[in-house]
Amino acid sequence: MPILEGQGVSKYFGGLAAVSNVDFHIDQGEIVGMIGPNGAGKTTLFNLISAALPISSGEIRFKGQKLNGLKPHQICKMGVSRTFQETKVFANMPVLQNVLVGAFFGSPNRVLGADATREATQALEFVGLSAMSTTPVKDLTLASQKRTEVARALATKPEVLLLDELMAGLTPTEVSEAMELVRKIRDKGITVFMVEHVMKAIMGICERIMALHHGEKIAEGTPQEIAANKQVIEIYLGEEIRAGS
Amino acid sequence: MDITRFISTHRKLLLVGFLVLILIFITTFPLYTQASHVRLLTTLLIYVVLAVSWALFSGTTGYMSLAPAAFFGLGIYTMALLQKELPFFLIIAIGGLAAFIFALLIGLVTLRLRGIYFTIFTFGLVIFMTEIIQYLETRLWGQHGQHIDPIDNETIFYAMFVLVVVTVLAIYLIRRSRYGLALLSIGGNEEAAEHMGINTTRTKVLIFAISSFFMGATGVIAAPSLVYVNANIAFSTYYSFMPIFMAIFGGMGQIHGPIIGAVIFGYLEKTLRAQLFSYFMLGFGIIMVAVILFLPNGMMGLVPMLQSKLGGVISKIRKGGQAEQHANT
Amino acid sequence: MAERILSLIIVGILQGGVYGLLAMGLSLQYGVCRVLNITHGEFVMLGAVLTYMLHIGFDVNPLLAPVIIGPLLFGLGFLLQATLFRTLKAWAPSPAAFEGNALLAAFGVLYIIEHFARITWGGKLMPSYYLNDVVSFLGMQFVKNQFVTFAIALALGVAVYLFLSRSRMGRAIRATAEDAGTAGLMGVNTNMTLASSFGLGALLAGIGGTLVSTKIAVSTGMGFPNTVIALIVVVLGGLGSIPGSFVAGILIGIVSLLVAGLWEPILTVPVYYAMLMVLLLVRPTGILGKK
Repeated sequence: MPILEGQGVSKYFGGLAAVSNVDFHIDQGEIVGMIGPNGAGKTTLFNLISAALPISSGEIRFKGQKLNGLKPHQICKMGVSRTFQETKVFANMPVLQNVLVGAFFGSPNRVLGADATREATQALEFVGLSAMSTTPVKDLTLASQKRTEVARALATKPEVLLLDELMAGLTPTEVSEAMELVRKIRDKGITVFMVEHVMKAIMGICERIMALHHGEKIAEGTPQEIAANKQVIEIYLGEEIRAGS
Repeated sequence: MDITRFISTHRKLLLVGFLVLILIFITTFPLYTQASHVRLLTTLLIYVVLAVSWALFSGTTGYMSLAPAAFFGLGIYTMALLQKELPFFLIIAIGGLAAFIFALLIGLVTLRLRGIYFTIFTFGLVIFMTEIIQYLETRLWGQHGQHIDPIDNETIFYAMFVLVVVTVLAIYLIRRSRYGLALLSIGGNEEAAEHMGINTTRTKVLIFAISSFFMGATGVIAAPSLVYVNANIAFSTYYSFMPIFMAIFGGMGQIHGPIIGAVIFGYLEKTLRAQLFSYFMLGFGIIMVAVILFLPNGMMGLVPMLQSKLGGVISKIRKGGQAEQHANT
Repeated sequence: MAERILSLIIVGILQGGVYGLLAMGLSLQYGVCRVLNITHGEFVMLGAVLTYMLHIGFDVNPLLAPVIIGPLLFGLGFLLQATLFRTLKAWAPSPAAFEGNALLAAFGVLYIIEHFARITWGGKLMPSYYLNDVVSFLGMQFVKNQFVTFAIALALGVAVYLFLSRSRMGRAIRATAEDAGTAGLMGVNTNMTLASSFGLGALLAGIGGTLVSTKIAVSTGMGFPNTVIALIVVVLGGLGSIPGSFVAGILIGIVSLLVAGLWEPILTVPVYYAMLMVLLLVRPTGILGKK
């Protein structure tokens, strides 16, 4: 049984279909990527999984359990966590406190203060931000803020982690570091589902990739298969290749 | 040298000692001052509770509530209606409870909406209460306003004092607890907070209701001093704006900000208001705009600002002094 | 009885037109500048009081007073946005923080304007009635100024709507309301646009004040109740929607007259409030509002 799957997932805004009849499945321990031009529906799909938006039709299941109708905080406690495209850190707090929120509230059981602090500290160490734990998060670079978001999500002890454009706005060095981080996360046993525009990252770490266009899934396969897929090349990769990136 | 070292190592102890001294001072206040001063202090304490309660919810989550007057007025009317039926201290608890339940209902309906609609709603709530009570009074109860039997200054003072201690303690504990963290997260980024496992609706509604409890209880205690109230007096929007301004002026980041704001402005209001009401309010408005513009963290934000500016000056003076010493040797 | 209800409804519509005008200004200010202008009623008050002052001091026909009051209040609103709110926006750490600060700053301004007016003109009621004569229409009795004010409000409303939808400045305003950053990149002078929009909202409020002054006695304390009405109408019609404000204004006007005439004048505001609660439960964006 896939750890996360969706069938016929659709989302309509008025008459416009942001996501249209998408099926997907992710197995435990995989790193799965999702690509597509801007407006293809990738973040919307994430929003449907995490219940940031209500689903119009279709079903999403986590470990066989239907997620339809649940609220985001419930889904988080079940084991699905995410980061956001526009980094949504708590700007009014220092780094450690940001991560503490995840540690305190992310698990279904009541967490004691000492345990939460320990979890948060470990999560910070894992992403390499221990030195910044007392820094106000608004004083951090974008890359560090994104790491804080990851640490915060990790502190909720997820089984599945949704990463929304983790690499956006990062320098090439930072991208490589982020790729390492994602591998480390998977090695910890967490399944990763990631949306990305940075081709090097997607092709380099994902075992499987889905391509969305105008809300529909147009292709799915290994990085090599996707790179060779004519439709994908035309719609998406083609521009990249022509641009010489 | 020894004194500064002593102060920094025993900071916490000194702070607690200082607080205890203040508490003793306040508790024995009525014994050696005249009645008017006791009344003044009581009024200050009322503002402290209102400001601190307001800041607990609105200062953390960023949901601007304009409703304190609604809950305060509810407390006043609870006292007016029950004053002959039950003992004073029981009415205080009931007034608080009434406000709590009312706030729960309002919160459940309005806290699911965007912040701006919540603000508008709480604004309208005060007007709503005024008109409803006016209707009930003139049509159903056949009277204009309520007379409240006076209670001696000392009882009111001590009741208010106990309430202040309970309120400040409760709010201090809440802010330090995981609920406090949840509130701050909601204020930081509500969507992210919800995605990290916080039931934001439940948190918001609960804390909104708790803060209203204290406002309602305060209303009960404030009532006897007013002697005569009607809907316009009890639900005056003044009791919404004042605590909010005081909390902002003092700084909402920590619990002592609103307390300081309430004391300073409460004192100013009491001494200036009667004679020069319109001038006072005009100046008030100007100060408010100035504070919003230049001191977004209130007076408490001024302290770190001053520290960094003065600190630079002080160390320069020190270095200058040392350089002179070296030059003379 | 049916005739009574009909006359109440008609007066309600006539009254509602003015409510709609009041709300339109507020809606514009929030929709474009993201400032919930709690001071709105004070601008109405200024318009009303100044109309009265011009009438008794300089014999200016109240209906012509807007010629002076309009630009005056436009300037005041323009200045307020260009200085206070623009600075707040520049210094605010986030849009949400800006909205909160703007609201509180507006409170400060409210107190400044109200009490400045009180100090200058006192707190008493001023008999500013105009065109008070009774007219007959469809066999029922109405007051002339009810029709006149409605006509003016409607004309202004249509004018504003056309201005916003057809003119170049109107397009600039709508673009800024949608996305100020992008609008700036496309060549719109956003600072000017924001200040003008705020000024326009203030102008509409001021003229609304003139219209109100012909029907009831005014005073320096009348600002607040008008802000409440404007807020209710704006929320009902949807924050940011101009046509919505007008429709909602008429609706509120009808409800107001029916409740006052058939039940209890005191209960008009509670009834709106209850209506609003129910509406927002069902449709959190108002009648014609956008998210």
